[in-house]
Amino acid sequence: MLSAEEWGIVALSLKVGGVAVLVTLPVAFALAWVLARYRFPGRVALDALVHLPLVLPPVVTGWLLLIAFGPLGPVGRWLESWFGMTLMFRWTGAALAAAIMALPLMVRAMRLSIEGIDRRLEGAARTLGAGHWHAFRTISLPLALPGILAALVLGFARSIGEFGATITFVSNIPGETRTLPLAIYSALQVPGGEAMVTRLALLSVALSFAALILSEWLVRRTDAGRTQRGD
Amino acid sequence: MAIDIDIERRLGERVIAARFTAGPGLTALFGPSGAGKTSILNMVAGLLRPDRGHIRVGARTLFGGGVDLPPEARRTGYIFQDGRLFPHHRVRANLLYGFHLADPADRWMAFDEAVAFLGIGELLDRWPRTLSGGEAQRVAIGRALLRGPEFLLMDEPLSSLDAARRGDIMTVIERIRDELKLPVLYVSHDRAEVDRLATQVVEVGE
Repeated sequence: MLSAEEWGIVALSLKVGGVAVLVTLPVAFALAWVLARYRFPGRVALDALVHLPLVLPPVVTGWLLLIAFGPLGPVGRWLESWFGMTLMFRWTGAALAAAIMALPLMVRAMRLSIEGIDRRLEGAARTLGAGHWHAFRTISLPLALPGILAALVLGFARSIGEFGATITFVSNIPGETRTLPLAIYSALQVPGGEAMVTRLALLSVALSFAALILSEWLVRRTDAGRTQRGD
Repeated sequence: MAIDIDIERRLGERVIAARFTAGPGLTALFGPSGAGKTSILNMVAGLLRPDRGHIRVGARTLFGGGVDLPPEARRTGYIFQDGRLFPHHRVRANLLYGFHLADPADRWMAFDEAVAFLGIGELLDRWPRTLSGGEAQRVAIGRALLRGPEFLLMDEPLSSLDAARRGDIMTVIERIRDELKLPVLYVSHDRAEVDRLATQVVEVGE
Protein backbone atom coordinates (compact mmCIF):
# COMPACT_ATOMS: atom_id res chain seq x y z
CA MET A 1 0.00 0.00 0.00
CA LEU A 2 2.60 2.54 1.10
CA SER A 3 6.09 2.63 -0.38
CA ALA A 4 9.24 2.43 1.74
CA GLU A 5 9.68 6.17 1.30
CA GLU A 6 6.15 6.83 2.50
CA TRP A 7 6.60 4.58 5.52
CA GLY A 8 9.75 6.56 6.29
CA ILE A 9 7.74 9.77 6.19
CA VAL A 10 5.13 8.34 8.55
CA ALA A 11 7.81 7.04 10.91
CA LEU A 12 9.57 10.42 10.94
CA SER A 13 6.27 12.22 11.60
CA LEU A 14 5.47 9.92 14.50
CA LYS A 15 8.98 10.39 15.93
CA VAL A 16 8.82 14.18 15.63
CA GLY A 17 5.31 14.30 17.07
CA GLY A 18 6.09 11.88 19.89
CA VAL A 19 9.26 13.64 21.01
CA ALA A 20 7.62 17.06 20.71
CA VAL A 21 4.71 16.07 22.89
CA LEU A 22 6.73 14.23 25.55
CA VAL A 23 9.17 17.12 25.92
CA THR A 24 6.36 19.68 26.06
CA LEU A 25 4.22 17.75 28.53
CA PRO A 26 5.97 18.70 31.80
CA VAL A 27 6.41 22.32 30.70
CA ALA A 28 2.79 22.57 29.58
CA PHE A 29 1.56 20.96 32.80
CA ALA A 30 3.55 23.39 34.94
CA LEU A 31 2.18 26.34 32.93
CA ALA A 32 -1.37 24.99 33.10
CA TRP A 33 -1.04 24.50 36.86
CA VAL A 34 0.32 27.99 37.47
CA LEU A 35 -2.31 29.63 35.23
CA ALA A 36 -5.15 27.63 36.79
CA ARG A 37 -4.14 28.02 40.42
CA TYR A 38 -2.25 31.25 41.00
CA ARG A 39 -2.95 34.96 40.66
CA PHE A 40 0.21 36.97 40.18
CA PRO A 41 1.35 40.06 38.32
CA GLY A 42 2.16 39.17 34.74
CA ARG A 43 -0.31 36.31 34.67
CA VAL A 44 -2.24 37.79 31.78
CA ALA A 45 0.99 38.38 29.88
CA LEU A 46 2.12 34.80 30.50
CA ASP A 47 -1.26 33.52 29.35
CA ALA A 48 -1.00 35.60 26.16
CA LEU A 49 2.56 34.41 25.54
CA VAL A 50 1.51 30.77 25.85
CA HIS A 51 -1.31 31.34 23.39
CA LEU A 52 0.78 33.30 20.92
CA PRO A 53 1.70 30.33 18.67
CA LEU A 54 -2.01 29.63 18.27
CA VAL A 55 -2.73 33.01 16.67
CA LEU A 56 0.61 34.01 15.13
CA PRO A 57 1.17 33.04 11.49
CA PRO A 58 3.20 29.82 11.83
CA VAL A 59 5.80 31.19 9.45
CA VAL A 60 6.47 33.98 11.96
CA THR A 61 6.90 31.44 14.76
CA GLY A 62 9.34 29.57 12.50
CA TRP A 63 11.25 32.76 11.76
CA LEU A 64 11.46 33.60 15.49
CA LEU A 65 12.82 30.09 16.13
CA LEU A 66 15.34 30.64 13.36
CA ILE A 67 16.51 33.86 15.01
CA ALA A 68 16.72 32.30 18.48
CA PHE A 69 18.03 28.82 17.63
CA GLY A 70 19.97 29.51 14.43
CA PRO A 71 23.77 29.27 14.49
CA LEU A 72 24.01 32.99 15.28
CA GLY A 73 21.01 33.11 17.60
CA PRO A 74 21.51 33.44 21.36
CA VAL A 75 20.09 30.02 22.23
CA GLY A 76 21.55 28.33 19.15
CA ARG A 77 25.05 29.58 19.90
CA TRP A 78 24.77 28.45 23.51
CA LEU A 79 23.53 24.97 22.56
CA GLU A 80 26.32 24.65 20.01
CA SER A 81 29.15 25.67 22.32
CA TRP A 82 27.99 23.73 25.38
CA PHE A 83 26.48 20.61 23.90
CA GLY A 84 27.76 20.68 20.33
CA MET A 85 24.12 20.51 19.41
CA THR A 86 22.40 22.18 16.54
CA LEU A 87 18.69 22.09 15.80
CA MET A 88 18.77 23.75 12.39
CA PHE A 89 17.88 21.38 9.52
CA ARG A 90 17.54 18.50 11.99
CA TRP A 91 14.54 16.45 12.99
CA THR A 92 15.10 17.73 16.54
CA GLY A 93 14.44 21.21 15.19
CA ALA A 94 11.23 19.97 13.61
CA ALA A 95 10.29 18.52 17.00
CA LEU A 96 11.00 21.88 18.65
CA ALA A 97 8.82 23.73 16.14
CA ALA A 98 6.04 21.18 16.63
CA ALA A 99 6.41 21.46 20.42
CA ILE A 100 6.02 25.24 20.37
CA MET A 101 2.95 24.97 18.15
CA ALA A 102 1.41 22.25 20.33
CA LEU A 103 2.05 24.06 23.61
CA PRO A 104 -1.06 26.29 23.68
CA LEU A 105 -3.42 23.41 22.93
CA MET A 106 -1.82 21.23 25.58
CA VAL A 107 -1.90 23.99 28.21
CA ARG A 108 -5.57 24.67 27.48
CA ALA A 109 -6.61 21.03 27.76
CA MET A 110 -4.79 20.51 31.06
CA ARG A 111 -5.81 23.84 32.50
CA LEU A 112 -9.48 23.01 32.02
CA SER A 113 -9.08 19.76 33.83
CA ILE A 114 -7.02 21.31 36.65
CA GLU A 115 -9.65 24.02 37.10
CA GLY A 116 -12.25 21.25 37.32
CA ILE A 117 -10.61 19.66 40.36
CA ASP A 118 -12.41 20.40 43.59
CA ARG A 119 -9.58 21.94 45.61
CA ARG A 120 -11.36 21.08 48.83
CA LEU A 121 -10.47 17.44 48.10
CA GLU A 122 -6.82 18.42 48.54
CA GLY A 123 -7.70 20.02 51.88
CA ALA A 124 -9.48 16.83 52.91
CA ALA A 125 -6.36 14.82 51.99
CA ARG A 126 -4.20 17.15 54.07
CA THR A 127 -6.36 16.66 57.17
CA LEU A 128 -6.04 12.91 56.62
CA GLY A 129 -2.28 13.12 56.98
CA ALA A 130 -1.06 13.81 53.45
CA GLY A 131 1.70 16.38 52.96
CA HIS A 132 1.56 18.89 50.11
CA TRP A 133 3.39 16.66 47.66
CA HIS A 134 1.54 13.49 48.61
CA ALA A 135 -1.83 15.22 48.20
CA PHE A 136 -0.72 16.45 44.78
CA ARG A 137 0.41 13.00 43.69
CA THR A 138 -2.53 11.01 45.02
CA ILE A 139 -5.40 13.49 44.51
CA SER A 140 -4.69 16.34 42.10
CA LEU A 141 -2.60 14.48 39.56
CA PRO A 142 -4.94 11.48 39.12
CA LEU A 143 -7.94 13.81 38.89
CA ALA A 144 -6.14 15.85 36.21
CA LEU A 145 -5.19 12.69 34.31
CA PRO A 146 -7.97 12.79 31.71
CA GLY A 147 -6.91 16.35 30.84
CA ILE A 148 -3.28 15.26 30.62
CA LEU A 149 -4.19 12.43 28.25
CA ALA A 150 -6.38 14.71 26.17
CA ALA A 151 -3.49 17.17 25.97
CA LEU A 152 -1.16 14.41 24.80
CA VAL A 153 -3.55 13.38 22.05
CA LEU A 154 -4.33 16.91 20.87
CA GLY A 155 -0.70 17.98 21.07
CA PHE A 156 0.38 14.93 19.13
CA ALA A 157 -2.17 15.53 16.40
CA ARG A 158 -1.14 19.19 16.20
CA SER A 159 2.53 18.21 16.07
CA ILE A 160 2.28 15.79 13.18
CA GLY A 161 0.25 18.39 11.26
CA GLU A 162 2.75 21.20 11.76
CA PHE A 163 3.83 22.84 8.51
CA GLY A 164 4.62 26.56 8.48
CA ALA A 165 6.95 26.88 11.46
CA THR A 166 8.71 23.64 10.53
CA ILE A 167 9.45 24.48 6.91
CA THR A 168 10.62 27.97 7.90
CA PHE A 169 12.86 26.78 10.72
CA VAL A 170 14.31 23.47 9.51
CA SER A 171 13.44 23.47 5.81
CA ASN A 172 12.12 20.42 3.93
CA ILE A 173 14.82 17.77 3.92
CA PRO A 174 13.83 14.22 2.92
CA GLY A 175 14.44 11.74 5.71
CA GLU A 176 15.33 14.47 8.22
CA THR A 177 12.63 17.14 8.42
CA ARG A 178 10.12 16.08 5.75
CA THR A 179 7.11 15.14 7.87
CA LEU A 180 3.66 14.26 6.50
CA PRO A 181 2.42 17.76 5.61
CA LEU A 182 5.77 18.71 4.09
CA ALA A 183 5.82 15.51 2.05
CA ILE A 184 2.31 16.22 0.78
CA TYR A 185 3.36 19.72 -0.18
CA SER A 186 6.46 18.38 -1.98
CA ALA A 187 4.50 15.67 -3.81
CA LEU A 188 2.09 18.33 -5.04
CA GLN A 189 4.99 20.10 -6.74
CA VAL A 190 6.00 16.95 -8.65
CA PRO A 191 4.15 15.90 -11.83
CA GLY A 192 2.47 12.53 -11.22
CA GLY A 193 2.64 12.89 -7.44
CA GLU A 194 -1.16 12.85 -7.02
CA ALA A 195 -1.40 9.21 -5.97
CA MET A 196 1.12 9.77 -3.18
CA VAL A 197 -0.67 12.96 -2.12
CA THR A 198 -3.94 11.06 -1.87
CA ARG A 199 -2.46 8.28 0.24
CA LEU A 200 -0.65 10.65 2.60
CA ALA A 201 -3.64 12.96 2.86
CA LEU A 202 -5.97 10.07 3.73
CA LEU A 203 -3.47 8.93 6.32
CA SER A 204 -3.44 12.44 7.84
CA VAL A 205 -7.22 12.53 7.98
CA ALA A 206 -7.31 9.14 9.69
CA LEU A 207 -4.69 10.13 12.27
CA SER A 208 -6.38 13.45 13.10
CA PHE A 209 -9.81 11.88 13.28
CA ALA A 210 -8.62 9.18 15.64
CA ALA A 211 -6.93 11.78 17.84
CA LEU A 212 -10.09 13.91 18.06
CA ILE A 213 -12.31 10.98 18.97
CA LEU A 214 -9.83 9.78 21.57
CA SER A 215 -9.55 13.21 23.20
CA GLU A 216 -13.32 13.74 23.16
CA TRP A 217 -13.76 10.42 24.95
CA LEU A 218 -11.13 11.38 27.53
CA VAL A 219 -12.80 14.73 28.20
CA ARG A 220 -16.14 12.98 28.71
CA ARG A 221 -14.52 10.73 31.27
CA THR A 222 -13.33 13.81 33.20
CA ASP A 223 -16.87 15.14 33.34
CA ALA A 224 -18.18 11.80 34.54
CA GLY A 225 -15.65 11.74 37.37
CA ARG A 226 -16.74 15.16 38.52
CA THR A 227 -20.28 14.19 39.43
CA GLN A 228 -19.83 13.02 42.95
CA ARG A 229 -22.99 11.37 44.09
CA GLY A 230 -25.67 9.07 42.70
CA ASP A 231 -28.96 10.03 44.29
CA MET B 1 -8.54 16.52 77.09
CA ALA B 2 -9.44 20.13 76.51
CA ILE B 3 -9.30 22.02 73.25
CA ASP B 4 -8.30 25.59 73.99
CA ILE B 5 -9.05 28.05 71.22
CA ASP B 6 -8.47 31.77 70.92
CA ILE B 7 -8.24 32.84 67.31
CA GLU B 8 -8.96 35.75 65.04
CA ARG B 9 -8.90 36.06 61.29
CA ARG B 10 -9.93 38.79 58.91
CA LEU B 11 -11.64 37.60 55.73
CA GLY B 12 -12.37 40.55 53.48
CA GLU B 13 -14.58 42.92 55.49
CA ARG B 14 -15.40 40.43 58.21
CA VAL B 15 -13.45 39.51 61.27
CA ILE B 16 -13.94 35.98 62.48
CA ALA B 17 -13.03 35.54 66.10
CA ALA B 18 -13.57 32.77 68.60
CA ARG B 19 -12.44 32.16 72.14
CA PHE B 20 -13.55 29.11 74.06
CA THR B 21 -12.37 25.94 75.74
CA ALA B 22 -14.01 22.73 74.65
CA GLY B 23 -14.08 19.99 77.25
CA PRO B 24 -14.73 16.31 76.69
CA GLY B 25 -17.81 15.30 74.74
CA LEU B 26 -19.35 17.22 71.88
CA THR B 27 -18.96 20.98 71.72
CA ALA B 28 -21.40 22.60 69.35
CA LEU B 29 -20.48 25.86 67.63
CA PHE B 30 -23.94 27.21 67.19
CA GLY B 31 -24.97 30.26 65.19
CA PRO B 32 -26.56 31.54 62.01
CA SER B 33 -25.22 30.64 58.57
CA GLY B 34 -22.42 32.91 57.49
CA ALA B 35 -21.18 33.60 61.01
CA GLY B 36 -17.81 32.06 60.23
CA LYS B 37 -18.29 28.71 61.97
CA THR B 38 -16.72 26.74 59.12
CA SER B 39 -13.77 29.14 59.06
CA ILE B 40 -13.18 28.38 62.73
CA LEU B 41 -13.06 24.64 62.00
CA ASN B 42 -10.75 25.29 59.05
CA MET B 43 -8.39 27.21 61.32
CA VAL B 44 -8.37 24.36 63.83
CA ALA B 45 -7.71 21.88 61.01
CA GLY B 46 -4.87 24.01 59.64
CA LEU B 47 -6.59 24.76 56.33
CA LEU B 48 -6.90 28.46 57.17
CA ARG B 49 -4.25 30.40 59.05
CA PRO B 50 -5.45 32.65 61.88
CA ASP B 51 -4.05 36.19 61.96
CA ARG B 52 -3.36 35.79 65.65
CA GLY B 53 -4.15 33.63 68.65
CA HIS B 54 -3.57 30.05 69.67
CA ILE B 55 -5.02 26.57 69.29
CA ARG B 56 -4.07 23.94 71.85
CA VAL B 57 -5.27 20.38 72.18
CA GLY B 58 -4.38 18.91 75.56
CA ALA B 59 -0.68 19.57 75.95
CA ARG B 60 -0.08 20.01 72.21
CA THR B 61 0.04 23.43 70.56
CA LEU B 62 -1.28 23.32 67.01
CA PHE B 63 -0.96 27.05 66.44
CA GLY B 64 0.46 30.04 68.27
CA GLY B 65 3.72 31.19 69.80
CA GLY B 66 5.59 30.58 66.56
CA VAL B 67 4.05 27.13 66.06
CA ASP B 68 1.90 26.48 63.01
CA LEU B 69 1.54 22.75 62.43
CA PRO B 70 0.54 21.78 58.89
CA PRO B 71 -2.87 20.07 58.57
CA GLU B 72 -1.30 16.63 58.20
CA ALA B 73 0.43 16.90 61.58
CA ARG B 74 -2.60 18.04 63.62
CA ARG B 75 -4.24 14.65 64.12
CA THR B 76 -7.72 15.91 63.38
CA GLY B 77 -10.52 13.96 61.78
CA TYR B 78 -12.49 16.43 59.69
CA ILE B 79 -15.97 15.48 58.53
CA PHE B 80 -17.25 17.88 55.93
CA GLN B 81 -20.76 18.94 55.06
CA ASP B 82 -20.65 17.14 51.72
CA GLY B 83 -18.63 14.06 52.63
CA ARG B 84 -15.88 15.09 50.27
CA LEU B 85 -14.88 11.54 49.38
CA PHE B 86 -12.20 11.07 46.75
CA PRO B 87 -14.15 10.38 43.55
CA HIS B 88 -11.36 8.36 41.94
CA HIS B 89 -11.10 5.85 44.78
CA ARG B 90 -13.54 3.18 45.83
CA VAL B 91 -14.95 3.26 49.35
CA ARG B 92 -12.26 0.90 50.67
CA ALA B 93 -9.41 3.07 49.38
CA ASN B 94 -11.14 6.18 50.71
CA LEU B 95 -11.33 4.59 54.16
CA LEU B 96 -7.70 3.53 54.08
CA TYR B 97 -6.27 6.81 52.74
CA GLY B 98 -5.55 8.32 56.14
CA PHE B 99 -5.05 4.94 57.83
CA HIS B 100 -2.00 4.19 55.69
CA LEU B 101 -0.57 7.66 56.27
CA ALA B 102 -0.98 7.52 60.05
CA ASP B 103 1.86 6.51 62.33
CA PRO B 104 0.91 2.96 63.44
CA ALA B 105 1.30 4.08 67.05
CA ASP B 106 -1.35 6.77 66.51
CA ARG B 107 -3.97 4.42 65.10
CA TRP B 108 -6.55 3.35 67.63
CA MET B 109 -9.15 1.71 65.42
CA ALA B 110 -8.70 -1.25 63.11
CA PHE B 111 -10.20 -1.25 59.63
CA ASP B 112 -12.69 -4.06 60.38
CA GLU B 113 -13.67 -2.39 63.61
CA ALA B 114 -14.50 0.88 61.83
CA VAL B 115 -16.43 -0.94 59.12
CA ALA B 116 -18.49 -2.78 61.75
CA PHE B 117 -18.98 0.35 63.87
CA LEU B 118 -20.47 2.21 60.90
CA GLY B 119 -22.19 -0.73 59.21
CA ILE B 120 -20.58 -0.05 55.84
CA GLY B 121 -19.34 -3.56 55.00
CA GLU B 122 -21.61 -3.71 51.95
CA LEU B 123 -20.20 -0.51 50.50
CA LEU B 124 -16.48 -1.28 50.35
CA ASP B 125 -16.27 -1.94 46.61
CA ARG B 126 -18.59 0.87 45.55
CA TRP B 127 -17.57 4.18 43.96
CA PRO B 128 -18.41 7.33 45.95
CA ARG B 129 -20.70 8.66 43.20
CA THR B 130 -22.99 5.65 43.63
CA LEU B 131 -23.52 6.24 47.37
CA SER B 132 -26.53 7.96 48.91
CA GLY B 133 -25.88 11.02 51.07
CA GLY B 134 -26.16 9.02 54.28
CA GLU B 135 -23.85 6.27 53.03
CA ALA B 136 -21.28 8.81 51.88
CA GLN B 137 -21.35 10.50 55.27
CA ARG B 138 -20.78 7.18 57.08
CA VAL B 139 -17.79 6.49 54.87
CA ALA B 140 -16.48 10.00 55.49
CA ILE B 141 -16.77 9.42 59.25
CA GLY B 142 -14.98 6.09 58.89
CA ARG B 143 -12.21 7.70 56.87
CA ALA B 144 -11.73 10.32 59.59
CA LEU B 145 -11.74 7.76 62.44
CA LEU B 146 -9.23 5.48 60.71
CA ARG B 147 -6.78 8.35 60.39
CA GLY B 148 -6.21 7.97 64.15
CA PRO B 149 -7.43 11.42 65.22
CA GLU B 150 -7.24 12.89 68.72
CA PHE B 151 -10.44 14.82 68.11
CA LEU B 152 -13.05 15.29 65.38
CA LEU B 153 -14.27 18.34 63.53
CA MET B 154 -17.75 18.10 62.05
CA ASP B 155 -19.10 20.77 59.73
CA GLU B 156 -22.90 20.44 59.52
CA PRO B 157 -22.59 16.74 58.69
CA LEU B 158 -26.39 16.30 58.57
CA SER B 159 -27.34 19.23 56.38
CA SER B 160 -27.36 17.36 53.08
CA LEU B 161 -29.43 14.44 54.43
CA ASP B 162 -33.14 13.70 54.61
CA ALA B 163 -34.88 13.24 57.97
CA ALA B 164 -34.50 9.45 58.17
CA ARG B 165 -30.77 9.54 57.41
CA ARG B 166 -30.28 12.37 59.86
CA GLY B 167 -31.52 10.15 62.68
CA ASP B 168 -29.12 7.39 61.59
CA ILE B 169 -26.07 9.63 61.49
CA MET B 170 -27.03 11.34 64.76
CA THR B 171 -26.98 7.92 66.41
CA VAL B 172 -23.50 7.34 64.99
CA ILE B 173 -22.34 10.70 66.32
CA GLU B 174 -23.76 9.93 69.77
CA ARG B 175 -21.86 6.66 69.81
CA ILE B 176 -18.66 8.46 68.82
CA ARG B 177 -19.27 10.82 71.74
CA ASP B 178 -20.26 8.16 74.29
CA GLU B 179 -18.49 4.94 73.25
CA LEU B 180 -15.33 6.20 71.59
CA LYS B 181 -15.15 9.22 73.93
CA LEU B 182 -13.64 11.32 71.22
CA PRO B 183 -13.87 15.11 71.66
CA VAL B 184 -15.88 16.65 68.82
CA LEU B 185 -16.17 20.25 67.62
CA TYR B 186 -19.51 20.34 65.87
CA VAL B 187 -20.76 23.18 63.69
CA SER B 188 -24.50 23.59 63.28
CA HIS B 189 -27.23 26.15 62.81
CA ASP B 190 -29.98 23.73 63.82
CA ARG B 191 -31.28 24.08 67.38
CA ALA B 192 -32.79 20.57 67.58
CA GLU B 193 -29.56 18.95 66.44
CA VAL B 194 -27.56 20.90 69.00
CA ASP B 195 -30.02 20.11 71.81
CA ARG B 196 -29.76 16.43 71.13
CA LEU B 197 -26.02 16.10 70.57
CA ALA B 198 -24.17 18.82 72.43
CA THR B 199 -22.42 18.45 75.75
CA GLN B 200 -21.48 22.12 75.59
CA VAL B 201 -22.65 24.95 73.35
CA VAL B 202 -20.58 27.86 72.09
CA GLU B 203 -22.59 30.63 70.49
CA VAL B 204 -20.94 32.07 67.41
CA GLY B 205 -22.45 35.46 66.57
CA GLU B 206 -22.04 37.91 63.76
